[in-house]
Amino acid sequence: MKKLFAMMLVVCMLLAGVSALADEPITIRVAHIGPTTGAAALYGLATLHGAEIAAAEINAGDGPYHIELINQDDEHNVEKVINAYNAALDAGAQMILGTTTSKPCEAAGAQGYIDRVFFLTPSASSTAVIEDKDNVFQICFTDPNQGLASAQYIAEHNLGTKVAVIYNNADVYSTGIRDTFVAEAAQRGLEIVSETTFTDETTDFTVQVADAQNNGAEIVFLPMYYTPASLILKTAADKDYQPIFFGVDGMDGILGLEGFDTSLAEGVMLLTPFVATSTDEHVVSFVNQYQAAYGEIPIQFAADAYDGIYILAAAAEKAGITAEMEPEEVCDLMIAAMQEITVDGITGSMTWDASGAVTKSPMAATIVNGEYVFED
Amino acid sequence: MTKAKRNRLIYNIVTYALVIAAFILLQSMIANKSISRSLKGQLVPICSWIVMAVSLNLVIGISGELSLGHAGFMSIGAYTGAVVSGWLLNSFAVESTLLRLVLAILAGGIMAGVMGALIGIPVLRLRGDYLAIVTLAFGEIIRSLVNVLYIGVQDGHLCFSFLNRNMPEGVTMLVDGAKGAVKIKPISTFAVGFVLILITLTVVLNLVNSRAGRAIKATRDNRIAAESMGVPVTKYKMMAFVTAAALAGMAGALYGLNSSTVVPTQFTFNQSINVLVFVVLGGLGNVLGSVISATLLTVLPEVLRAFSDYRMLVYAVVLILVMIFTNNPLIRSFADRLIAPLKQLLRGKKQGGDEA
Repeated sequence: MKKLFAMMLVVCMLLAGVSALADEPITIRVAHIGPTTGAAALYGLATLHGAEIAAAEINAGDGPYHIELINQDDEHNVEKVINAYNAALDAGAQMILGTTTSKPCEAAGAQGYIDRVFFLTPSASSTAVIEDKDNVFQICFTDPNQGLASAQYIAEHNLGTKVAVIYNNADVYSTGIRDTFVAEAAQRGLEIVSETTFTDETTDFTVQVADAQNNGAEIVFLPMYYTPASLILKTAADKDYQPIFFGVDGMDGILGLEGFDTSLAEGVMLLTPFVATSTDEHVVSFVNQYQAAYGEIPIQFAADAYDGIYILAAAAEKAGITAEMEPEEVCDLMIAAMQEITVDGITGSMTWDASGAVTKSPMAATIVNGEYVFED
Repeated sequence: MTKAKRNRLIYNIVTYALVIAAFILLQSMIANKSISRSLKGQLVPICSWIVMAVSLNLVIGISGELSLGHAGFMSIGAYTGAVVSGWLLNSFAVESTLLRLVLAILAGGIMAGVMGALIGIPVLRLRGDYLAIVTLAFGEIIRSLVNVLYIGVQDGHLCFSFLNRNMPEGVTMLVDGAKGAVKIKPISTFAVGFVLILITLTVVLNLVNSRAGRAIKATRDNRIAAESMGVPVTKYKMMAFVTAAALAGMAGALYGLNSSTVVPTQFTFNQSINVLVFVVLGGLGNVLGSVISATLLTVLPEVLRAFSDYRMLVYAVVLILVMIFTNNPLIRSFADRLIAPLKQLLRGKKQGGDEA
């Protein structure tokens, strides 16, 4: 009898132990890699902050997983990113949220492919980031997709037929979008009447805007980030030239640019998966938290990284990742899990295929009275 | 053996011994897996930067000309190396990574050397700071050119295109304009990097201590006096400059083939200045100093990662402190006094050996 009692006690204790284990959340270690210093720091800090907010939310909740965020700076540099990646793994990271920018992501992802480390990049959008590698997944659209979608949108909504393109020929993002845009525009019967380029150092866009104006462009396509775009808008306003300006997701953030007269951006159209002024409950909560913590309106990069942490948590749950697993083991489980999950994030509803590219629908917004208004 | 000769011999032996000892130490650390990922990943870049620093020292320290476009030669080497390696793999099915790496490094060196000669022929005939101005421009021109350069490979043929990406269907891109050299198969190894350092040291130290090296130093110290003694100034300055360019090209090929991609923005003016900092901090004309400073200054920012964003600040402070300390007479005399007994011991022994 005594023996039986003792055995029952042991069983009870074991059960208690097991249930206690089940209640205890599993902490997975995620490394955020992005440029938190240097010329592209704006984007790296945005993804870091977005990820921090999501991690804090998850850790405060009662989900099965907790996130320990490790941050490493890659300075937007192809050599440094490998150092950052190695330092992150030395620090015990099991998977990588990153990297923020395309070229470093291409280099680090290739190294990760050899070492078997899982990457989920919030914002590296060139196709080379996911090509020939099964370990890298994207949250944002690829550059060609944006060019394609822009040309389709312009043609389908009959915005005009004479298009001018101004792009940064020293930038992977800009040239990537421009290449497919021009190819698709030809298919869709759009006429490219002016095509001019600039580089990172350009501050005067008089020549480019004048060329578009003299060739009678009705639409000016701006595949670039918002800083040069703001200068182009200013130059066009000075010349009293008022075509439809059509931007891509890099244009997001232009309304928050310091010293920029937002009235210049009136009527600008852009494709973006995230709009900070949306009334969606989840977006409002994110924007409020972000503003409270960092004192600024989040840009799309922050939203992508915020979603990224939730995606990693969802995939980790699906894959059954534990805190003890090595990155190599995590990688294969995560690759399989990523293709099975659907995540409803603040940048849309997302699914993935084996290529690593995301499927979600782009949304076109127009700036009216200093705010985004959605087209359908 | 004269005193100067003996000092030089000791200096050379110490230089080689230090490099070889570091290599053996690191290799044994790799063998028993006691090396961190972070350090292991930096080994090949460190080798490249050492070669860059030593070769730039040949131009600045030994021949006394200022070159501000050393990163330009490195980028030529990196791009050439990537193209040659990709071409060999794609068209000639050269599977041996070592063979591809060696051929790519040689091609990178030759290409950069030829470019160095093209620049040197007109510019090194001039007096004054023209080399600095021209190399500065050269670095920027190279960066702009590779930005619009497209090279693909198909059925054994290399396809070149400039400004526009006009490529036949089904071509495998090797260099893709602003995207840089793409889809490189990383083949660089630490062992090859080590051999490249040894080759660089041998070339530079032998050149410096040769008849030609003395002529180069003579043109540096007093051009008019050297000319009046019948030293052809342009020829010797060319010798130093082209050698340095070729070595930088080899370093570039090693560097480029260590990564899966190379972009033009890696080889900016800032990168040239970075190498210049290695040389200045290691001491002009001091080859061992260049080796040490290139290593430390490459590793330092990574060691300082613990300070997160403040590491840039700490890095700058360290640079300033090193400059102050190495030039402060009080500290130098203190350091000399510390080393003096050691030196005396060494000298006593050596002299004893010589007499015997």
